[in-house]
Amino acid sequence: MSAAGPRLALLDYGAGNLVSIEQALVAVGAQVGRATGPADLRGVDVLVVPGVGAAAPAMARLAESGLLEPVREWLAAGRPYLGICLGLQLLFEASDEDGARTFGRLPGRVERLAGVLRLPHIGWNSVERGGPHPLFAGIPPEACFYFVHSYAGLPPGGLEHPAVLGSTTHGGSFPSALVDEALVGVQFHPERSGPDGLRLLANALAILGGSTAFRPSPATAGPA
Amino acid sequence: MTLRHRVIACLDVAAGRVVKGTRFLDLVDEGDPAELAARYAAEGADEIVFLDIAAAPEGRGTLLDVVERTARTVFVPLTVGGGVRSVEEMRDVLRAGADRVSLNTAAVADPVLITRCAERFGRQAVVVAIDARRRTAGESWEVVVRGGRQPTGLDALTWAGRAVELGAGELLLTSMDQDGTQAGFDLAFLHAVSRRVPTPVIASGGAGGPADFVAAVQEGGADAVLAASIFHRRLVSIAEVKSAMAAAGLPVRPVGGLAA
Repeated sequence: MSAAGPRLALLDYGAGNLVSIEQALVAVGAQVGRATGPADLRGVDVLVVPGVGAAAPAMARLAESGLLEPVREWLAAGRPYLGICLGLQLLFEASDEDGARTFGRLPGRVERLAGVLRLPHIGWNSVERGGPHPLFAGIPPEACFYFVHSYAGLPPGGLEHPAVLGSTTHGGSFPSALVDEALVGVQFHPERSGPDGLRLLANALAILGGSTAFRPSPATAGPA
Repeated sequence: MTLRHRVIACLDVAAGRVVKGTRFLDLVDEGDPAELAARYAAEGADEIVFLDIAAAPEGRGTLLDVVERTARTVFVPLTVGGGVRSVEEMRDVLRAGADRVSLNTAAVADPVLITRCAERFGRQAVVVAIDARRRTAGESWEVVVRGGRQPTGLDALTWAGRAVELGAGELLLTSMDQDGTQAGFDLAFLHAVSRRVPTPVIASGGAGGPADFVAAVQEGGADAVLAASIFHRRLVSIAEVKSAMAAAGLPVRPVGGLAA
């Protein structure tokens, strides 16, 4: 790792909007490059996997770009990974949305949100936390984050699973923030969640990169 | 807590600039979309919508540039509509930095476009905008396209149900009778659609004061509320709308990201 902090690769596999997450990572002081093929992962310290939509086309596009096996190996080696929305869902074993087999780094399946009248779950919602954790350092408990999805990963034991750090209620409750060793995953979009989202990104990178260099941009940060 | 009702600020964009006037005539240049989006985000908007009202093929590059500049400065969700006619055009708008794309005229002409876009990008990325005009007799509305200038003969409730079946993740419902009048949303139209579809719906067209937004949710069944000109002209602030909604017991995200 360089003195300027860890190097991030933003996985670019054609899954929609990368501009927002890229800019948000820059805003919290990260060095970001886009990874479109295996060679782009060399010298990288933290892998950031964004994405929205369904798992099967995402896995297919990862395979086409030659990134599927490198990401699998990355996860098997326990290297730092930040998964956002679909990037979190891909860590589970499989998705009920289209039957896709995914990385299986976390136990359990991605299931349709239960007990709710209206889907997709679109908009700002809270994250209930089990207790204090560095991922939420400086973020008030009432903070809202932006969600846009119909499915969520459910590990065995549900919200009681040790990796589950926070949960969100829309009809039923589902895990919305998970941390497991060098892996951080959130179902919401911190890059679209205003100053609190930027703070959470900075916290995630500090956890994953072993660095305290990250800070919310002074121009956009709310009161800590 | 539960999902908050969104208050959405809409900007009409033509040739890379925010315009206003009557919606499609006498357009006046009102500024830079990215700057205005940033202002709305700072004032507490939960989402920004850009509608490219010129929607001319030669202006697409300009629109994509505006979307990207906005996405790089504003960290709230951005939905872009106007003139998207293909999966490839939707891909370009998303890659420029939009989170969701709104389909309107092209979806009426080619309904399966909704399905193709949803299969490629997920249903949550596809908004179908329905502009409707009340028929003279009874509780019935007709879909109009091309900015309200062209009637289609389509029943708006039927089309709403079909659009969701085809893959729409949300409906943006604009009453062309109410649009620009500040006389309130068409609550009967909102109610008729929202009870028919399992997706969220956005109320648009006619907002005049904070009470109108409360009624759109409570009586119309809307999940989100949208306005353009009254925010733009500072007749009503987003904070005032959210205060009225909170006072009525509706969950909203407090302005400034801090709890009220």
